[in-house]
Amino acid sequence: MTIKNDIAISDSGFVFAPGTGESFTVNPIGAEIIQMLKEEKSVQQISERMLEKYNTDATTVEKDVNDFISMLRHFSLIETND
Amino acid sequence: MTKRKLTIAVTGLNAIDSPGPGVPVIRALKEATAFDARIIGLSYESLEPGIYMHDLVDKTYHIPYPSMGIETLFERIKYIHNQEKLDVIIPNFDAEMFSFIKLAPELKSMGIHTFMPTAEQFEERQKMNLPEFGKKHQITVPASEAVFAAGKIAEILKDFEFPVVVKGKFYDAKIAYNFEQVLSAFNSISAKWGVPIIFQEFIRGTEFNVTGLGDGKGNTVAAVPMRKQYITDKGKAWGGIAITDEKLLQLTKHFVKETKWRGGFELELMKDEKNDFYLMEINPRIPAWIYLAVGVGQNIPEALTLLALGEKVAPYTTYEHGKMFIRYSWDMIVDLKEFEKISTMGEL
Repeated sequence: MTIKNDIAISDSGFVFAPGTGESFTVNPIGAEIIQMLKEEKSVQQISERMLEKYNTDATTVEKDVNDFISMLRHFSLIETND
Repeated sequence: MTKRKLTIAVTGLNAIDSPGPGVPVIRALKEATAFDARIIGLSYESLEPGIYMHDLVDKTYHIPYPSMGIETLFERIKYIHNQEKLDVIIPNFDAEMFSFIKLAPELKSMGIHTFMPTAEQFEERQKMNLPEFGKKHQITVPASEAVFAAGKIAEILKDFEFPVVVKGKFYDAKIAYNFEQVLSAFNSISAKWGVPIIFQEFIRGTEFNVTGLGDGKGNTVAAVPMRKQYITDKGKAWGGIAITDEKLLQLTKHFVKETKWRGGFELELMKDEKNDFYLMEINPRIPAWIYLAVGVGQNIPEALTLLALGEKVAPYTTYEHGKMFIRYSWDMIVDLKEFEKISTMGEL
């Protein structure tokens, strides 16, 4: 699973999908997750990084990362390789 | 190097809530790199704003409405040609295309070039012929039926589910959720544009448009897809963004190849929840948002002019995506003397 390779994300968290013309705004953590997806990091790797960086617990991180990825999938921003 | 000079006549100078393509076409022609354009505006009414835009339009002449007949139009064009020595005419209204297509051979013999769809292409893409068009060219279109009399509405509605899109022959479309709304839309649109009225299956989804240019031999010379971002209550894009959807570009190339489309066009499409595209309408002319195509690198009016002159045009293969157009309206202050002149003399 990766973010579609034509998706552009700016430092300010502005996400643009050139195929559909849709644009979104994400907060800094959302931008960080998208960046890691672009680097082809797995959900587990992303969750581990979040857990290291932020003062939170594994259950919350797992739930939040999965929720965010579901939302990206809903807006057709990610490609599933399976 | 000085550029050659061309005199190009352009219609569609209006700018009501459904603006004509004339002014943006002229803006594109003024930015052409292959020629210097002297612009002759062709107007139907004295309040078309393009008439008064003297930095874009060098001179304007009224022309008769299509309902006055082809011969009347021809006489008027002959007069204008005598004054101005026209090289090219670019008609921009659906309702006038038929007359100009019919006149094209006479115009050519006078030295006036055009680049329009053939009469057959124009006819087969008419809204009422869309189902057959889709079948013939393997393009997905919504179910639709032409209705010639109010007495037939109930019978024809049996084939549709609500809501139904009620469309005029050339312009106007309304979404109707019950029989009464269908009847009311039928009456109001037919009073303005005549019959048939077209009933069309309602497709829920996102609207996309593509403008492009076909060379008449099956090649796509230009194509720019746009997603409407701001839509007026007339369904017109007041803001839009150039996109890169490969499926849309493929569909456009398929349309041009299949039909051997000649001239400018606009495809109106709807993408449903399953990401399938439905071709809703084919407009046989350049659309009012054409300047977006110019802004992203494809000057379609310039390429169309060169094709009209019989010249070879290298197809545009790229454009910038992520560029938007945002429309603005502008109040001009016009001297009454100018309005008087175009109203009484038919030229300004």
